[in-house]
Amino acid sequence: MIKKIILPILLGSSIASASEVVFYSTQANPLKEADAMRNDVLINFDGEVKFLPQEAGPFFSRIEAESRAGSVTLGVLGALHGQFPQIQDSLDSIDDVLGSVPEIKSNKTMSELGKLGSQNQKYIPWMQATYIMAANKKALPYLPAGADVNALTYDELAVWAANLKEATGDAKLGFPAGEKGLMHRFLQGYLYPSFTHSVVTDFRGDDAKAMWAWFRDLWQDVNPRSTAYSLMQEPLLTEEVWVAFDHTARLKDAFDQRPDDFIAFPAPSAKAGRGFMPVIAGLAIPAGTPDRAASVELIKYLSQPEVQVKTLKATGFYPIANVELPADLPANVRIAGKAISMQANAADALPSMLPVGLGDMSGQFSKAYKDTFQQIVLRNADIDQILDRQAMVLKTIMVSANAPCWAPDKPSDGVCPVN
Amino acid sequence: MSNLNQDVSLEQEIQAADNKNKVWKWLFISSAAFMISWILFPIYLLIVSALSSAEVVNGWPKAFVPEFDMETLQFFMNYYGVLGALKNSLIAAVFTMVISIGLGTPAGYALARFEFRGKETFRMMILLTRAFPMPLLALPLAVIFINVGLDDTLFGLSLVHAALALPFAVLITSSLFLGIPVELEEAAWVLGCNRWQAFMKVVMPLALPGLTASAVFAFVISWNEVFAAAVLTINNQTLTAFLVQSLSSSPAEVKFAGGLILIMPAILFLFVVRKYLFSMWGIANR
Amino acid sequence: MNIKSYPYILIAPSILFLLAFFVYPFIEVFSQAFTTSNGEITLKNFDTIFNDFNFLPSLKNTLLLALVVVPVQLCMAIGMSLMISKMKKGRDTVLYIWTIPLGISDLAAGIIWLALLDQNGFLNSFLFSVGIIDGPESWLNYNNPVAIFAAIVFAEIWRATAILLVILVSGIGLIPKEYYEAAEIFGANAWVRLWKVTLPLLRPSLQTALILRTLLAFEVFAVVMILGGTNMPVLMGEAFNWAFSYRDAGAAAAYAVVILGLSVAFTLFYLKVLHVPKEAQI
Repeated sequence: MIKKIILPILLGSSIASASEVVFYSTQANPLKEADAMRNDVLINFDGEVKFLPQEAGPFFSRIEAESRAGSVTLGVLGALHGQFPQIQDSLDSIDDVLGSVPEIKSNKTMSELGKLGSQNQKYIPWMQATYIMAANKKALPYLPAGADVNALTYDELAVWAANLKEATGDAKLGFPAGEKGLMHRFLQGYLYPSFTHSVVTDFRGDDAKAMWAWFRDLWQDVNPRSTAYSLMQEPLLTEEVWVAFDHTARLKDAFDQRPDDFIAFPAPSAKAGRGFMPVIAGLAIPAGTPDRAASVELIKYLSQPEVQVKTLKATGFYPIANVELPADLPANVRIAGKAISMQANAADALPSMLPVGLGDMSGQFSKAYKDTFQQIVLRNADIDQILDRQAMVLKTIMVSANAPCWAPDKPSDGVCPVN
Repeated sequence: MSNLNQDVSLEQEIQAADNKNKVWKWLFISSAAFMISWILFPIYLLIVSALSSAEVVNGWPKAFVPEFDMETLQFFMNYYGVLGALKNSLIAAVFTMVISIGLGTPAGYALARFEFRGKETFRMMILLTRAFPMPLLALPLAVIFINVGLDDTLFGLSLVHAALALPFAVLITSSLFLGIPVELEEAAWVLGCNRWQAFMKVVMPLALPGLTASAVFAFVISWNEVFAAAVLTINNQTLTAFLVQSLSSSPAEVKFAGGLILIMPAILFLFVVRKYLFSMWGIANR
Repeated sequence: MNIKSYPYILIAPSILFLLAFFVYPFIEVFSQAFTTSNGEITLKNFDTIFNDFNFLPSLKNTLLLALVVVPVQLCMAIGMSLMISKMKKGRDTVLYIWTIPLGISDLAAGIIWLALLDQNGFLNSFLFSVGIIDGPESWLNYNNPVAIFAAIVFAEIWRATAILLVILVSGIGLIPKEYYEAAEIFGANAWVRLWKVTLPLLRPSLQTALILRTLLAFEVFAVVMILGGTNMPVLMGEAFNWAFSYRDAGAAAAYAVVILGLSVAFTLFYLKVLHVPKEAQI
């Protein structure tokens, strides 16, 4: 009797049944999204699945620990393109799975990214998003004369921000520059490409210097709380800011809660074009997973077009599979969807690729941009000096990762150079 | 005449002393009341926020009375796995209490009553357990746990939590035992008790409130620990690991309701044990 | 059994326990700080973090926070525990309320204080309703490091004074009444009694409380992250970032070693200053 009670307690009160696939994910982490994943998306999967969302820290630690100990319990891993390189060695090669999901495979550009710069498929693209701008409708009257919100330039954005500050007394433009914000993506995928047509190569060129000077000026009219913002939907809803840049999934609640008050619009453009960047989340299988067949089944299930639409409703991430979207979509998809397509189809659109081949150095690559931003814009350091110093840091990162250039930088022979 | 004068001055003196006492009393009560509201008011505001709808939470200006909108809290109650996680948290916390008290009390007694070589080294080692960031230790610990089969068990998790709580247990008990005169024990030896009996009959009753204090520490340390819990458990996540990880990326109203749900059990626990914490006061305050 | 072996028998279980669950993983991480990923011994990791923009600010912020917060908390905790010991009615209830923050994790405390101090928070709402400000005022921003610092100090004092309080209350409870009676006979007033009786006899508890609180202060993180964002880097936050965002285990371990070094230094300092000679013990 005692044994019956004590043993399960000691060994953990619910021991997973052997056939249960543990789906470990850094995505759909917010409680409501996790709830929707379980109740709406995974519910029809033919088999047992346990969806466990997790923050990046424990996520990496857990995977690394299992792979070091050589005993794996996780079945499927869901993470961002930028997160997979950091656990690349723990991932199984899944070229066979790609073959069985034709809907995904047909999206050549994306499925190619899943190789992470190696020979084999490491993850299957799962869902996508991008970064856009959002504004409270109250801000629209202050747009500079003649400016079209759907074809904004960065200079017009600056005037707009200044107008807002003058009219309301507060800086109403906001960026996600907090601890968990995605500011570095704005720098890598939006600002740098739009101003310099480059991310790495022209890191410290004259265009970059002018860009930083411009951005430092703009910052006078940016809400100073920005350095504490992680998800822009919050300050938008509290109306601390009226105009914001962020990941579509991180603007979602604002659009859903008050669909009549907010609009979405494409990111601005500068002289090199309208830079923008995708977000891609993928599904991978850890090497040595207990039931690989079940994991494969789960990936196949999540790749089905109709399941991808359900995932869109649950998380605000768009399908990779080519699928006709139904009419009954949540407000955030209706509002953001239009802006996304305008952004991608703009005449001056300048798509950035996601960094490939950085491996372990992905995190430090982003840090290089965040640090530069912090020093130049927030701490008012000398632009030339900081760019020179950070260019060396960037060079070291590119050399040690042995990474080639990606768009919008011109393709390189070997390591991507930093001029 | 002079007698009368004396009486008057005496009366004045008593009056003055009385007034002084009144001022002191008033000062005493008002500062105690201030400290009480300093602690309670922020918690009250959390409750107000947790009981408000999303519009109110994000609205301006904020109301200082709750509107009793239960929608967000209800979402948590129906959330998959919350009850299981709550149970896991409690089990892990109780294990942690037992382990850390069981290990910490003898060590605390040794530190208080004996001079021995390596005492300072031992003390430093105990303390430094808390001087190293847990998140970094979680990875090597997880590797060990997987290898020895403790992985994903509440017992294994509470071992880690006990390591975090042990310094509190050892140091609190040792300063307790230091405060209990060794003469009392010696008297018991003279009366025919052996060391163990003297400890149980004389020292323990005096030390009990302090022991409860270190049990409380063990409980709340285990209850609030996130990182090890998140890495070391998969199927048996604790409430903290289960919720905290997701809170920071959730919208404001969910954050507040989740925050309330996280602190309520710990506050209730403190409430339940408060009698044990302080009822032995009379004895300790000889 | 030899009496000399008693203490070793008593501490043996904790030592074995810590060897298994702390020392072993600790050594692994510690040695990571001094090796490259290929296992060569190097100081490169320290070079990396010392040359990082955030190292000096985070060191400064962590130390400054500890130096401001801990003394204030100590004075408050002494005052509160003296009040507790003087109380006749409602002592349990008051003590219970004062120890509530023990049960509140740093993350929850951060959430609570953000709700208070945020631009749309309760403090501003209050100031607005009494007519001091005209609308939501953003003062918790990077142009205002003093305000951010003060906010963190308040939140930390609110959250973590209870640890000191509990330790001191049980310490004060153990001071024999006779000492006070004797002091009173010699005409010592309350102030003299505090300095000549209570505090000296409280030294063991004070030492414990101060050491533990200071060690925890060096690991301050969640509250700072929530209230200060990226403006107020602290050592623990940097260790976390290097480990999980920048994925450089060596540099993260180096940060951990810095925290450890600070903790050792301060612990030794307290042990020396608040040393309790054997013959002075009650």
